[in-house]
Amino acid sequence: MRAKLTPSQTVGPFLEIGLPWPDGPFVVPEGTPGAIAITGRVLDGAGDPVTDALVETWQADTDGRFAHPDDPRGAVSNRFRGFGRCPTGPDGSYRIMTLKPGALPSPDGGTEAPHLDVSVFARGLLDRVVTRVYFPDEAHANTADPVLASIDPGRVATLIARPDPDPARLCFDIHLQGDQETVFFDV
Amino acid sequence: MAVHPPAGSRLVVPGYERPSGVHPPLDFPGYRSTALRAPRRPLVLLPHRLTEITGPLLGAERVTPADADLTAQHEGEPQGQRIIVTGRVLDSAGRPVPDTLVEIWQPNAAGRYRHRVDNHPAPLDPNFTGVGRCLTGSDGRYRFVTIKPGSYPWQNHPNAWRPSHIHFSLFGRAFTQRLVTQMFFPGDPLFFQDPIFNSVPEEARDRLISRFDLGFTVPEWALGYSWDIVLRGRGATAFENPDGER
Repeated sequence: MRAKLTPSQTVGPFLEIGLPWPDGPFVVPEGTPGAIAITGRVLDGAGDPVTDALVETWQADTDGRFAHPDDPRGAVSNRFRGFGRCPTGPDGSYRIMTLKPGALPSPDGGTEAPHLDVSVFARGLLDRVVTRVYFPDEAHANTADPVLASIDPGRVATLIARPDPDPARLCFDIHLQGDQETVFFDV
Repeated sequence: MAVHPPAGSRLVVPGYERPSGVHPPLDFPGYRSTALRAPRRPLVLLPHRLTEITGPLLGAERVTPADADLTAQHEGEPQGQRIIVTGRVLDSAGRPVPDTLVEIWQPNAAGRYRHRVDNHPAPLDPNFTGVGRCLTGSDGRYRFVTIKPGSYPWQNHPNAWRPSHIHFSLFGRAFTQRLVTQMFFPGDPLFFQDPIFNSVPEEARDRLISRFDLGFTVPEWALGYSWDIVLRGRGATAFENPDGER
């Protein structure tokens, strides 16, 4: 017999007491060679910052591998955590310090461009919303990516981080609603 | 470069089931905060590939045994009804999810969170933070000692009160299994007017309500409540044929 799934509920306005970790934003420590800061703001439909959200990221390592036994290629045993978690601040901003992941083979025979899976939790979100961050210096790989190919071309740009004058920094704003609404996935 | 499987073998990625009739809609006008936050455009179907079928396997370094007892984190004991909250984390095939991180947070017995923006005029308790963590055992079981959280008013609609609840955060073993939810208590008279609880499809609402369980009660010390949490299980592979067509 199948057990019945537990429904989602909102994190509410007080997640800040329970979910942030001191090392949450640091998938890798600051100063790690090659580290990039992915930073941006979470904005609501009025364009106002969402100051009580939590942004979580999950990704492969720089070789496109996971420290996880369900990867059919086998788990790698490096110490790369792959997971980041950052609450938004008073200006709606978050910052995740990480390494750019490698590309991934896709079960349909293609290749997924380097990306991070992102969950956003907040008061007013009865379930998490899920998006992806892609990299602006991977134009060729992004063109071949099966997920980006499944999206209305006019909205693909919402999933590609913007370069910053600082090469160790990328900007990725998350628009929950509005003209620039980010593409969110049914995962 | 992507690391591909050896030539001639195809990468087979087991997908997870896709729930229907379980989770609340994102757009739920009765809960006012959804108005400017729920995405308006349809979600795009994301077939499960490597990033979705893996996930952070956070281990013992994230918790200490003391984290599971919310009544023992300060010099004195908190006010309120001491309770034990325990259950198993399972997937929908009924298999336990072992060694997975469970995080909880809640208000104190008076219905006040230890949070800077909670201005409910109820007392803070110097002996209660309201935050707990543990890892499930090999049988998927978690167990917390805490106090029964109070109800509190909020501004959603006139005379709005939240039923008593404890927030739960779960990882499972894959990105697809990530779940944040709330556990409620049996017989709460506030359910009927709570849009957050009632945002869940009716047939699934009672899955959020714990059960009083004398078997988990510790005589002369604490009442026991039992609540199992069921995460998505394995479903069909997203890519069923060699052409990759769904």
